[in-house]
Amino acid sequence: MSNLKQVFTDEKAFIAFVVAGDPNFDATVDHIVALAEGGADIVEIGLPFSDPVADGPVIQEADLRAFAAGANTDKVFDLVAAVRQRTQVPLVFLTYLNLIFKYGYDAFCAKCAELGVSGLVIPDMPYEERAGLAPYADQHGVDLVPLITPTSGDRIAKIAKAATGFIYVVSSLGITGTRDEIQTDLGSLVSQIKAVTDIPTAIGFGVHTPDQAAALGQVADGVIVGSAIVKLIAEHGDQAAPYLKQYAHEMKAALPAK
Amino acid sequence: MTEDNQTGRYGTYGGQFIPETLMSEIERITAAYNHYKADPEFLKEFHDLLNNYANRPSLLYFAEQMTADLGGAQIYFKREDLNHTGAHKINNVIGQALLAKRMGKTRLIAETGAGQHGVATATIAALFNMDCEVFMGKEDTDRQRLNVYRMELLGAKVHAVTTGTQVLKDAVTATMQEWTRRVDDTFYVMGSAVGPYPFPQMVHDFQSVISKEAKQQLLQETGKLPDAVVACVGGGSNAIGSFADFIDDPSVKLYGVEAAGDGVDTDRTAATIERGSDGIFHGMKSIFLQDKHGQIDKVYSISAGLDYPGIGPEHAALAKSGRAEYVGITDAESVDAFEYIAKTEGIIAAVESCHAVAYVEKLAPTMRKDQIIICTISGRGDKDVASIAKYRGVDINE
Repeated sequence: MSNLKQVFTDEKAFIAFVVAGDPNFDATVDHIVALAEGGADIVEIGLPFSDPVADGPVIQEADLRAFAAGANTDKVFDLVAAVRQRTQVPLVFLTYLNLIFKYGYDAFCAKCAELGVSGLVIPDMPYEERAGLAPYADQHGVDLVPLITPTSGDRIAKIAKAATGFIYVVSSLGITGTRDEIQTDLGSLVSQIKAVTDIPTAIGFGVHTPDQAAALGQVADGVIVGSAIVKLIAEHGDQAAPYLKQYAHEMKAALPAK
Repeated sequence: MTEDNQTGRYGTYGGQFIPETLMSEIERITAAYNHYKADPEFLKEFHDLLNNYANRPSLLYFAEQMTADLGGAQIYFKREDLNHTGAHKINNVIGQALLAKRMGKTRLIAETGAGQHGVATATIAALFNMDCEVFMGKEDTDRQRLNVYRMELLGAKVHAVTTGTQVLKDAVTATMQEWTRRVDDTFYVMGSAVGPYPFPQMVHDFQSVISKEAKQQLLQETGKLPDAVVACVGGGSNAIGSFADFIDDPSVKLYGVEAAGDGVDTDRTAATIERGSDGIFHGMKSIFLQDKHGQIDKVYSISAGLDYPGIGPEHAALAKSGRAEYVGITDAESVDAFEYIAKTEGIIAAVESCHAVAYVEKLAPTMRKDQIIICTISGRGDKDVASIAKYRGVDINE
């Protein structure tokens, strides 16, 4: 088990997502440092996959920019090593299971431990399929952050009980992308999780404004922002760092006190 | 417990590697399928539609000229091209759509490559008075315009998928994404023996009518089992249906014919089993064409129905155990076969099926005259005439 759970002890957490290598590797290092300086408590690094089944167009396009910059698993590990020269902000990877499978479950988790990557978010690895990877994640102290969605229903208890680190609460049906209105009764969803575990919860999918952060921070232990940050990077390219720092600051400031 | 001995495995392959958003629905589908597959009323309705709507049983046709010309084994064609809508796809669509109806769904979504599965889904949606949306790679909507129009004529909405490589794998991804957006009233009619369990099993079961009929027809006519069964493989639905009832007959050799594109050893290929490696994608652990990091390759074949970078998990298991053999046929060989079977037997077969025919041309002469090959003609070739003409440098206006 990693240090992730502690992040949520004293404050509500702001979790920021970037795609590794978008628009290039040096820029991503700067972006992660800027987000951490702005107040991000955890940075989620997307290891790009050719066919991201859970991602909307904004992140798909970021993946394409990252591939154009030569992104692959080895390069992303190099990037994390460079990040670790400049910040100790907690890191997690978001990626698809095939990339971990091809690297080797044991080797991938060992590499995460070596680089100080605390957890893995894997959208195409539901609870039933975690048995292949889980022993290695356990052994190397890497958290497997599960997703719980508005359709999880009866599945919530078993998923939450097995969770380590934190639980990624998916706000809405569908794929990633900014949404102006979130329809789900997130209060009810989070309280069903809280009934079976004290592992922190963070809400993602569609979250992008400080107002949403303020409101969702009342419901969960943190918020996760992906597409809105990726849009800033799409707009400002390798000059995005100051904008990201400012954005992280606004989102973190908007979160309620614990 | 390891990853390899859980739900829905074929040896080490299979599984349910899909987003959590879909898992509850997959559980409901599994429960519903396990119930209805043993329900006499459901099966009666399924077989009634197969026989009285889809024109089953399909012929087992003795290809006398081709047998004489090749001078080896006796060649029989299982004529899935004579089904309503012109391909084997309808067998599976009737089964899945009936299940969807029983589950109270009102909307069918589907991916399609060449368009045959999309046409079959649009057809049954029309028959059942259900809404239908079909996702098709932009490149495929361009090379199969006739099928796009056909689907629209049947009342379906066709979405041209412009993400990724704009072919079949991107259509599957887009359909899965649409399903995560709207799952309550919607059933994803999976077109091939791929995806998360129980889809590969449903497709196996609904398509197994091909081999059940073929076995009975051949026994009736010759009193013998075939020595070989040959079928083309993309995701593998017609092949698994052609193999299903013979898997436990060890004397019957099973051949799956993959699309090798420009050649198995070139980068322009779709020969998954020969060139691919183990991976996890589109809901299943199977064999995929991918790079060493696990990024899925762009694949290529003249056939829009076979250019998929993966293969159904049961085929991966049959390849690993050695029960079935998988071979590659190039674009050039399949186009030659397209013309050969037209001229020798008067059958215009789908370019997908012609991959199997091309392999029969190689296999039959190596076998004795008392031996028998069944080759599945999975679909008819009207849809391919324009692109074959183009391949030969002939410009015909549709």
